[in-house]
Amino acid sequence: MITSILFVLLLLTGSGLFAWNVLKIRSNILLGRDLDRTDNKSERWKTMILVALGQKKMFTRPIPALLHFALYSAFIITQIELIEIVIDGIFGTHRFFKDSLGGFYTFLISFIEILSVLALFATIIFLSRRNLLKLPRLNMKELAGWPKKDANLILIMEIILVTCIFTMNGADEAANILHSNESYGFAISSLIGPMFFGNITSIGTLHTIEQIGWWGHILMVFAFLNYLPYSKHLHILLAFPNTWYSNLNKKGKFTNMESVTKEVKLMMDPTADPYAAQPEGESEHIPFGVKDVTDLTWKNLMDAYSCTECGRCTSSCPANITGKLLSPRNIMMKTRDRLVEVGEGKRKNGKDFQDGKSLLSDYITEEEIWACTSCNACVQECPVNIDPLSIIVDLRRYLVMEESKMPSELTGMLTNIENNGAPWQFSPTDRLNWASED
Amino acid sequence: MSTPLKVPTMAEKLANGESADILFWVGCSGSFDDRAKKITKALVKILNQCNVNFAVLGAEESCTGDPAKRAGNEFTFQMQAMMNIQVLDGYEVKKIVTACPHCFNTLKNEYPELGGKYEVIHHTQLIQDLIHTGKLVVKDGGEFKGKKITFHDPCYLGRANDVYEAPRELLEKLDAEIVEMKRCKTNGLCCGAGGAQMFKEAEKGNKEINVERTEDALETKASIIATGCPFCNTMMTDGVKNFNKEGEIKVLDIAELIATAADL
Repeated sequence: MITSILFVLLLLTGSGLFAWNVLKIRSNILLGRDLDRTDNKSERWKTMILVALGQKKMFTRPIPALLHFALYSAFIITQIELIEIVIDGIFGTHRFFKDSLGGFYTFLISFIEILSVLALFATIIFLSRRNLLKLPRLNMKELAGWPKKDANLILIMEIILVTCIFTMNGADEAANILHSNESYGFAISSLIGPMFFGNITSIGTLHTIEQIGWWGHILMVFAFLNYLPYSKHLHILLAFPNTWYSNLNKKGKFTNMESVTKEVKLMMDPTADPYAAQPEGESEHIPFGVKDVTDLTWKNLMDAYSCTECGRCTSSCPANITGKLLSPRNIMMKTRDRLVEVGEGKRKNGKDFQDGKSLLSDYITEEEIWACTSCNACVQECPVNIDPLSIIVDLRRYLVMEESKMPSELTGMLTNIENNGAPWQFSPTDRLNWASED
Repeated sequence: MSTPLKVPTMAEKLANGESADILFWVGCSGSFDDRAKKITKALVKILNQCNVNFAVLGAEESCTGDPAKRAGNEFTFQMQAMMNIQVLDGYEVKKIVTACPHCFNTLKNEYPELGGKYEVIHHTQLIQDLIHTGKLVVKDGGEFKGKKITFHDPCYLGRANDVYEAPRELLEKLDAEIVEMKRCKTNGLCCGAGGAQMFKEAEKGNKEINVERTEDALETKASIIATGCPFCNTMMTDGVKNFNKEGEIKVLDIAELIATAADL
């Protein structure tokens, strides 16, 4: 009875806290500008199923893809066992589904156990790739400090989770064998149970060990759930909406700025009255491009929360490969950091909160954004369809159109286009000279 | 002795009461850059050979605005786009071919929202079509037979617009040995010119991007680096020079390869 009450309290606190954090993240994402990404729903579902559920883009790098798939499928399938744990926890039952499912139950738990072993194996390899093999993309300067700790912490939590599952099932198997000389027949724990706990002759001790595994597991689950909102690991949830809301246009198509279209049309319209009063409600100047996170679209902000810092983008970025400061992953990480800061500030000090800082300059430097070749390698590589390029371009737009700041050669290039219709200084009348030259 | 090129302009066509089936958008590089002009001429030779009813805008053509847009100047881009759309619509242009993936991308993807709706194809797609329909015959590769050729995917053709096969299919017509670089197709490495980088010095780093990319090409031991973009062509040519290999390795556009192989 007391354990049931304790469990329900844990369940309510754990889920409540998580829900509160989710709402906070949601309100942060909604600080972004409006954007309609609800068209073409069938294509969106297809993209989500292929890219998030099917992890299609992961498989361009097969080794991490397979390891990740083991971890991912174990995570998904374990949710079934979690349902049983919750029922057992509330009603004080023991393996609630066992009697009603019979042989299928044994199969299911065995399946979960096999996947968990694979996941454990994957986790250990992941830890070694990060800490022993020191894979370049997982050991860049931008990951120093918290991001590196975050990554290792998640992997360690996963090891603890799996250990708890096997402690629970193994002790249960040992107790069952001691009690009735029969095994449940779970694929892994029927072997390791007797191996680890076979010399314990007290049923009570085995039950206590099983309880430690059981509580350890569920405590880890809630700890994990509430760690997610602060971690890069949030991608396990956001991968799904983030791919559903993907940009479905060709990657080469940059957004059209409606606000500019309006002004250009006005300039080109000979009947327009340049002295006409602004229409009602349009007096406030909305800046061109992006200076701070609130100028980005909500999808850019969701991208930032969806990033798990795997670095596939950065490792394929031509600028980064050749030693430039730009790193698409870092663009996403800084966007998230700044968004969390702005979101907290607004919650504490009201929605008009300003701290005198901005994404551009204080977080992302001009040197970074001018190094981009807009080659779309980062966009192509991202396993959850994050688009760092659109942030880079919007930051350029602010610099160029609001502050007239750009490398001097580009000023010349733009002047040439405006004056003679080509990025170089050639006369437009010479455009067809090639046809008569030898 | 080569036959003179026939390059009618839209204005001439209109004056003669004719219309063109397709507009050849030459682009700034194809019009003014000495190296790129050769690509332009190679394509015209192919168009002439196949009696394609095309025309150019000549002095009425102006930058699509692509480098302005990539550099963040949406004003300049849209001014250019709207002026060009006025010209294109004035001639009732329906279909456009261009040898520059940057013009291709901008005309195809970014003009429609500003009112300019055309069918836009890259020159490799047009040449592919001419071969498919039997209008152009490339007989057993000519001088490229058996040579090692590698194709550098232009970002604005490949990743940006998912065109990977047309250029490769054309290379196969040359009866050459096609070798892929370790980074190719969706995984291809940029030449370093895109996003307005062509017009500025690179930021501080430890290497030039075109050198990094040229290394990929050299690794394949190909004697010809094929491209489908005048800017990639410049970058790869400079890259090859950087390794003092200009004697052994040629950087050529697909249009040049096909025109040569077809004895044009």
